[in-house]
Amino acid sequence: MIEIRDLHKYFGALHVLKGINLDVKKGEVLSVIGASGSGKSTLLYCINGLEPIQQGHVTVDGTDVHARGTDINGLRQKLGMVFQQWNSFPHLTALENVALAPRIVKGKSRAEASDIARKQLGHVGLGEKLDVYPSALSGGQQQRLAIARALAMEPEYMLFDEATSALDPELVGEVLETMRMLAEEGMTMICVTHEMGFARDVSDRVAFFHQGVMEEIGPPAQIFGDAQSEHTRKFLANVR
Amino acid sequence: MEPTVSFFSGFTLNDLWFLGEAALRTMWISALSITIGTVLGVLFGWVLYEGKWIATLTVAPFLDIFRSVPLIIQLVLFYNFAPIVGLNLDPFASGVVILTIYTAALVANVARGGMEAVPAPMRRAARSLGMTYWQDLRHVVLPIGGRAVFPAWVGVALGVMKDSALVSVLGYVELLKASQILITRTQEPFLILTLAGAFYFALSYPISRYAATLERKWAQ
Ligand SMILES: Nc1ncnc2c1ncn2[C@@H]1O[C@H](COP(=O)(O)OP(=O)(O)O)[C@@H](O)[C@H]1O
Ligand SMILES: [Mg+2]
Repeated sequence: MIEIRDLHKYFGALHVLKGINLDVKKGEVLSVIGASGSGKSTLLYCINGLEPIQQGHVTVDGTDVHARGTDINGLRQKLGMVFQQWNSFPHLTALENVALAPRIVKGKSRAEASDIARKQLGHVGLGEKLDVYPSALSGGQQQRLAIARALAMEPEYMLFDEATSALDPELVGEVLETMRMLAEEGMTMICVTHEMGFARDVSDRVAFFHQGVMEEIGPPAQIFGDAQSEHTRKFLANVR
Repeated sequence: MEPTVSFFSGFTLNDLWFLGEAALRTMWISALSITIGTVLGVLFGWVLYEGKWIATLTVAPFLDIFRSVPLIIQLVLFYNFAPIVGLNLDPFASGVVILTIYTAALVANVARGGMEAVPAPMRRAARSLGMTYWQDLRHVVLPIGGRAVFPAWVGVALGVMKDSALVSVLGYVELLKASQILITRTQEPFLILTLAGAFYFALSYPISRYAATLERKWAQ
């Protein structure tokens, strides 16, 4: 379970997250929506400790992410993350991209790491592309590669930061399909997204962020059908 | 007995052998300086990249001095002033010290450029997988940044090899010094300089060929 308590985040004088309180339970799929600059990416970075926080707490399965002495690299193995830019390692084949972290972070043997990589690449539909370099893959394939790379660490949570925003429209579907598959398998997911269809159909809850505040959170039916906040309604009217 | 075969008036096969040995010395002093200088340069480059102000205040000006003062001046100054502080180095050792620092100063900027060439989001992705700072540096930044600036590094290495000719002013008998000795004796400057040039070419050509092969392999 991820527990966020009174989280405040500043970049210098800029107050980016203004007291966020949020729990995400095991097995839950949460979509995070909101205008650009509202602090959605920063929230994810605070959850896996890529950004320090100035006030409050984030705990993952009882471990305080930002406490001194927390094994943050160990904790991050539980928290897979997929970014808007797919960030494939260009000097490694698809198989090596996925096998690298299990080998050097988890200390698996080369053979074990390759087995894991083969399995995860098959899982996301890239079983035919094991020895291909990222430059020969489409954006959608590279994003699925990034998903496989994160899954290879056997995370318990997956954080998606606008995983489809940088893709050509015709490639969005295959990545959303993969995310939907993970959700159906029971993965706990926090998905920052602009894909309202995905948020409505796949999530258990949807959170709306506005200028660093979580204005509203609830089941998709509430957010999309009966939003309580004026800002939520305005935002949704504009994206549709 | 001296071999009696000769190409020209005074030039003997022995002289060719003498030049060949000198070429090996050029290779040796260059290889040593380039290797140590590259390791140091990457270290300095990392300090510049991490950009802690104290490092920028110390390392950067130090490297700037060695990059901007002509190598021949550095060599002569170091060779003549080192004994004053109790360092009695022969011409070879003095040459290695100065060429190494010179290489390091040039490589530092190349290395910094390489680290800057790795996009920050790529490094975040590596860290999000649980890699430590050093694992990210070793497995992501080094190979990706290294490939990006490899051609620049080859340029530095070939340049240093040619510049190693300047160590001749200290009396170290590498290719250029050997050529001068032979020219004085045989009065055959064109022949000997052509041969020396051919030796320099023979030293650098395989390196640039090999580099080109690597770059082609990486490009795919
Ligand atoms: N590294 C950073 N340094 C300074 N400001 C930042 C940094 N990252 C994000 N910001 C600022 O924080 C705010 C929230 O950014 P972000 O979390 O990326 O929003 P979103 O993902 O919702 O678009 C924005 O105003 C952005 O400019
Ligand atoms: Mg964002």
